[in-house]
Amino acid sequence: MMSLNINGKNLRVEAEADTPLLWVLRDELHMSGTKFGCGMALCGACTVHIDGQPTRACVLPASAAVGKKITTIEAIGDSAVGKRVQQAWAEIDVPQCGYCQSGQIMAATALLKAIPKPSDKDIDQAMSGNICRCGTYPRIRAAIHKAAGQA
Amino acid sequence: MMRRLCLLLCMGLAGPGHAAPDKAAAALFDPVASVVMSPRCVNCHQAEAPRQKDLGVIHAQQVVRGKDGHGSAVLHCAACHQASNSAQGKVPGAPNWHLAPLSMRWQGLDKKAICQQMRDPARNGNRKTGEQVIEHMKTDPLVLWAWNPGAQRTKPQMSHEEFLKVLETWADAGMPCPE
Repeated sequence: MMSLNINGKNLRVEAEADTPLLWVLRDELHMSGTKFGCGMALCGACTVHIDGQPTRACVLPASAAVGKKITTIEAIGDSAVGKRVQQAWAEIDVPQCGYCQSGQIMAATALLKAIPKPSDKDIDQAMSGNICRCGTYPRIRAAIHKAAGQA
Repeated sequence: MMRRLCLLLCMGLAGPGHAAPDKAAAALFDPVASVVMSPRCVNCHQAEAPRQKDLGVIHAQQVVRGKDGHGSAVLHCAACHQASNSAQGKVPGAPNWHLAPLSMRWQGLDKKAICQQMRDPARNGNRKTGEQVIEHMKTDPLVLWAWNPGAQRTKPQMSHEEFLKVLETWADAGMPCPE
């Protein structure tokens, strides 16, 4: 039993301390926007923000998120930058199968908050932990530049 | 005046000049090197990017040092590396997972050069005494993780207890380095 601040709301959850946050989000709170990919922090599908930093929810013990601000894909559009990223994603039609895209958008939003006008190198170093099996990388890059107002 | 001069001279002769240690003294670093040159240590004492596995392959996901050794602006080490191992040990974890400071990189260095880095206050975080130099290796949770790395990762050749002994012997001898 612990209290987590998720998308601005304090929620009591029943999970054990070492249960990965991803399980809490998906199974207990039924917030299924954050995806399970590899379960080993290798693919980025489960990316959420912990105090603004992209973090892999599949390996983060829920107890490690206590007292921190958790943001998930469900609320990313509440911020101006997140909204811009979503719009750019829709305009460029980035997703193919879509499975990785929650994580991609979480990583891209954090990038643009930290570096408003990222170079291609900044994008590489921020996004390389987010794998896309469909290979939508060129569109992801274009959408990040578009959201940054550079394209 | 003479006493002060004598004191200065004596300090100069007996001080930490590290000039031409005898063979036995220089060999005191060998067992230390057998640990610090293991992949569990060297993989994070790198310049621009950490390495992985016993082969020391460049870290996947284009992980980089970033401005403070904790990764790029939004791909921090802590995005994946938690306070302890996760995913049944497959993802290593210890508190404050990060690269060694750039001045303490061992990438491309041999045994002698690593020894010289370790005792050089300009490159070792201004640690001046032997005790200060070996403190990180005695107590830092990130170092201690190397003896309990999980997932069948290779451990250093000797136990941490034995490592403490060889460290102290080396520090007590004035941190001699191989020629």
